[in-house]
Amino acid sequence: MSHVIGLKCRECGAEYPAVIQNTCYECFGPLEVNYDWDYISDNINKEKIASGPKSIWRYADLLPLESERRVDLGAGFNKLHHAKRLGAVLGLDELYILDESVNPTNSFKDRVTSVAISKAIEFDVRAVGCASTGNLAAAVAAHAAKAGLPAYIFIPGTIEMGKIVQMLIYGPNVIAVEGTYDDANRLASEVADSHPDWAFVNINIRPYYTEGSKTLAYETAEQLNWQVPDHIVAPLASGALLCAISRGYKELERVGLVDSSDIRLSGSQPLNCSPISSAVQNNCDVVPVRNFETVAHSLAIGNPADGYYAKCAILDSGGYAASPTDNEIIEAIHLLARTEGIFTEPAGGTTVAGLKKLVESGHIQSDERVVVYVTGNGLKAQDTLLKSLQRPPVIKPALSEFEHLLAPEHNIYKQQEAVHLARI
Amino acid sequence: MHVYKVIKMVKIRFSSALSNVTHTRETVLELGDTTVKVVLDKLVEQYGADFERRILDKGEIRRFVNLYVNGEDIRHLSGLDSPVKGTDEISILPAVSGGNFRG
Repeated sequence: MSHVIGLKCRECGAEYPAVIQNTCYECFGPLEVNYDWDYISDNINKEKIASGPKSIWRYADLLPLESERRVDLGAGFNKLHHAKRLGAVLGLDELYILDESVNPTNSFKDRVTSVAISKAIEFDVRAVGCASTGNLAAAVAAHAAKAGLPAYIFIPGTIEMGKIVQMLIYGPNVIAVEGTYDDANRLASEVADSHPDWAFVNINIRPYYTEGSKTLAYETAEQLNWQVPDHIVAPLASGALLCAISRGYKELERVGLVDSSDIRLSGSQPLNCSPISSAVQNNCDVVPVRNFETVAHSLAIGNPADGYYAKCAILDSGGYAASPTDNEIIEAIHLLARTEGIFTEPAGGTTVAGLKKLVESGHIQSDERVVVYVTGNGLKAQDTLLKSLQRPPVIKPALSEFEHLLAPEHNIYKQQEAVHLARI
Repeated sequence: MHVYKVIKMVKIRFSSALSNVTHTRETVLELGDTTVKVVLDKLVEQYGADFERRILDKGEIRRFVNLYVNGEDIRHLSGLDSPVKGTDEISILPAVSGGNFRG
């Protein structure tokens, strides 16, 4: 008896066994995992979760694995920070941040990858792969190394050096493709299609892969003592993350672990590449963007695979979407670091900048319990961030030289003080 | 004296999700310089109503289908009127992997 029945088309409902497949052969719609909810409800409870492993695998009853052969580097079980200082700066009574920068390869992609590569092992594939803007590449490379599988990773040629160094160190086959992520993704799709015994985590085994992101919702609820937030804010790239978080909360209600999943879902996307945010703001179709340049490389997807569903989920929930500028994104990285001690990359900056804009525009109310998903680590984007920082002054090792620096004309120190005034 | 004729063939690759209709992953058509619409008309002629239903809805490319000419999504070109040269490569892929679900 298994909790996984198979795959099911989201559009026409056609059912398939749990195999390597992401598209409905009847209607071309996307497939999703079809679970036996009665079985899961009978077998899950809070005590069992509490005594489980300190990783995403404590929620194994809600994940699509059918064996115990897990490729586990320890993704998940990250801290939900009560962000009092950032909350005070933004005027929010109850703000939380789930910090994903501390995952094994420093982004939330370890969650989806651990699930996907464990599933790939069940399928007994010969290789794994992905199309990636950098974070997924590192996660896939690391988990493939752990699993002893070759990896084929397709990236756009323009991503941050920090991410390239990180992915290469695990020894995968990295193929940099001329053009954007969308070009790399399209090529990887064709490669996956021609190699049926290779599992491309975000392509031909995508139905299993996206399930990993549901654990962001599970972890939030568990750390809130099985309560749910009023409002969540997530970054938008393909749109899959926001959809999975939404699904995660709904499933918790379905199996009786929380009382409600009535949560407003909001997203944020960089202004220069914001097909989903624009669709939400204008209540129109998601129109793909071809040419774009943004500091938020990990969100630079012009043709979002789950854009349509993300837009619908946001609008149906009563949420909204923001589209901050590159400057606002960089400022938000500084703000988060200086108020909460969390160093995020531009994707996280986009989310925090989006949070700020949504509060300012009244889409998020000050008395809402808000959870923000900060999905990646700033150390991966040092080349981008160095430009926004002043090099430290170099002085002789003499007390008088230090005292001189404290003089009022050196405003670098005053800047930090202003933020410190918002002490809680 | 020998006369050589250069035959220009458009190459079309199908997603495996279309295999149950096309029974092949690849075909070539000799059409000269033309448009995506003419290529699709020809493919519908070859593979029948099932193929048409899978790709087109009221004469437009369906939401779940991405069609690329030499790697470029025709939504970024001129849609069904996008030009196709005799030596071009066309790929027909599900949007679920290549992106773009229009609402």
